Amino acid sequence: MKKILLGDEAFAQGALDAGLSGCYAYPGTPSTEIMEYIQGSALAKERGVHREWSSNEKTAMEEALGVSYAGKRAIVCMKHVGLNVAGDGFVNAAVTGTNGGLIVAVADDPSMHSSQNEQDSRAYAQFAMIPCLEPSSQQEAYDMAAFAFDLSEKHQTPVMMRLTTRLSHSRANIETKDVPAPQNERREPENPRRFILLPAIAKNNVKKLCEKQADFVKLSENSNFNKLVWGNDTSLGIVATGIAYNYVMEAFGGDCPHPVLKISQYPVPKAQLAKLMGACDKIMVVEEGAPFVESQLRTPLEDARILGRLTGALPRTGELNPYIVAKAFKLDVPEPRPIPELVKNRPPRLCDGCPHINTYQALTEALKGYDSAKVFGDIGCYTLGALPPFNAISSCVDMGASITMAKGASDAGIHPAVAVIGDSTFTHSGMTGILDAVWENSKITVMILDNGTTGMTGGQTSIGAGFLERICQGLGVDPDHIKSIVPLPKNHEENVKTIKAELDYPGLSVIVSKRECIQTLKKKK
Amino acid sequence: MRKDIILAGVGGQGILTIATIIAQSALKAGFNVRQPEIHGMSQRGGAVEAHLRLSSEPIFSDLIAHGTADLIIALEPMEALRHLDSLAADGVVIANKKPITNIADYPPVEDIIAEINAIPGSKVIDADGIAASLGNARSMNIVLLGAATPFLGIDSQILKETIVGLFQRKGQDVVDANIKAFEAVAK
Ligand SMILES: Cc1ncc(C[n+]2csc(CCOP(=O)(O)OP(=O)(O)O)c2C)c(N)n1
Ligand code: SF4
Repeated sequence: MKKILLGDEAFAQGALDAGLSGCYAYPGTPSTEIMEYIQGSALAKERGVHREWSSNEKTAMEEALGVSYAGKRAIVCMKHVGLNVAGDGFVNAAVTGTNGGLIVAVADDPSMHSSQNEQDSRAYAQFAMIPCLEPSSQQEAYDMAAFAFDLSEKHQTPVMMRLTTRLSHSRANIETKDVPAPQNERREPENPRRFILLPAIAKNNVKKLCEKQADFVKLSENSNFNKLVWGNDTSLGIVATGIAYNYVMEAFGGDCPHPVLKISQYPVPKAQLAKLMGACDKIMVVEEGAPFVESQLRTPLEDARILGRLTGALPRTGELNPYIVAKAFKLDVPEPRPIPELVKNRPPRLCDGCPHINTYQALTEALKGYDSAKVFGDIGCYTLGALPPFNAISSCVDMGASITMAKGASDAGIHPAVAVIGDSTFTHSGMTGILDAVWENSKITVMILDNGTTGMTGGQTSIGAGFLERICQGLGVDPDHIKSIVPLPKNHEENVKTIKAELDYPGLSVIVSKRECIQTLKKKK
Repeated sequence: MRKDIILAGVGGQGILTIATIIAQSALKAGFNVRQPEIHGMSQRGGAVEAHLRLSSEPIFSDLIAHGTADLIIALEPMEALRHLDSLAADGVVIANKKPITNIADYPPVEDIIAEINAIPGSKVIDADGIAASLGNARSMNIVLLGAATPFLGIDSQILKETIVGLFQRKGQDVVDANIKAFEAVAK
């Protein structure tokens, strides 16, 4: 079948067509569309494929590992920073190994279109010692799903699928299978005690994992996704990974005079690299993300002839594009027209009528007169409270950090210390921070902005929305200091009063500010 | 055949709808398609862009190289200029006239229009006005798509069929309104 799909969707369709039983994920740009596609798929519905959002990436990772334990095929999807959250389960899943096929799909966001950093997940795959696939096209994203499941089952290892923004969020026409493969039946893992990571067992597992590494290199060397295309001009050899390969081909109009090694499967294919490096004078390494392969080639003896992001041949940070890559090869390309100076930035902003606007207005007024107050922010639409006209928050670091940073700041003497956190972020990573604050009755005021949804990423389910007061009570917050407000202009005075009263309380308070996101409300109409 | 098109506008204006119509039509016409778009924070009035590459040959890069786009279709005039660095020396701009002034320092609209008109072959169209006069203000994006059709290298009949297919589930009235919007400028 011919279809036009996003890279994310192509991978999702590939997984479905390869007999997927469960998709587990927490939303995050640019990975969100994988789960959304599966949620909208008739095949997924007919087959009862698991397709509910999880609380965070760690719970998603472990749930997917449970499916694998049962012998079925699972994918777990997240954005790059989500892998930090899932890290413990991820690294240890490499140690237990898999039973049913398990793919960890991680979408990296170089240039940080909507992220806090541009970490490169290939380094995580290397760290966990598992194979990693990096598609260069939507078709490869589709084909790699079935390939990765087979690899995972044959070698009892999780496989990482590393996507990047410009593939995840680009549509292309692809060819899909007409008949999807059947799902796996449940089956007991071979040697089931390998899932018990007691030191005695784990030692053996880690040794086995190390032994698999040579096989993984062989697999890369024999992989159809890696290819060495020879060229006569060996003054320069090119290593291009994932979508960077496309930019190289675009730059040379599909006809490159230099030998090019395309890498889309890791660990790096040593034999091909050795051949390329043996024949060429200099090597240019072009990769979307960190200088990951480049650093591996840059041994003391080779350092001088390796070009790439670490030599300034390509920019050290940020996404590549065909222009940057063509320039790196000193090719003759059209110079871009200047952008007229009158063009002004149009930054994102809170939607008209957004509940967060009224919450910030009330909070800002309540804080007047407290000169030493600090508001610790978190990640979501409400992070836009950092911009004018609000200028309302002092930090935004990682999901959940508002509560724990406020607690630490309060421990260090800052008062009032306020945390502002969204409902989805709260259930993702805020609850454990509350528990710390309960234990020490920390003098902090936590505002949970319950707009009923995961707004920032497009309005996905938010698991705890609507019963956050009960969650806080359950965590041990004094019920007298759990307050609810409705952020509307007509309630402004009353809301300011409620917030002020809690700022003055020398202990932990939680204020839930509850009104639905305008965008999800519109969609329902 | 090869066309590299930049689509630009502000979140909520319907950029992705016209991108979808062109991409699906191109597929029907037998072309390869690549269409990278910026997702994420678009619902909050920020700038949105999509690249659209159509070709009878295989396409390597998803992104269009700087200075090589054949066409910029912009649903908002300032957003057209934001992407001039992508436009080829002989490229043209088809832009909607109505500004979205949700920022404090929005430049004088006349200056923007003058910049666009200075690019040979370019057109500024009052797509909002035309859509409103047809009694369907929301079809502004389809009016502009109609205006850009002569530059797309795709038979307008195929585009029409795609529009019908896309809006069918919303009822015949919506289909008719959009076809009228699509034909408004051509007529
Ligand atoms: C570890 C991690 N996972 C996912 C994301 C992507 N992300 C950013 S904000 C957000 C959710 C925001 O939802 P909520 O807290 O309810 O606030 P809202 O946007 O609705 O105001 C998500 C999923 C991230 N930045 N970090
Ligand atoms: S999407 Fe919802 S939560 Fe986000 S800014 Fe808009 S109204 Fe507010």
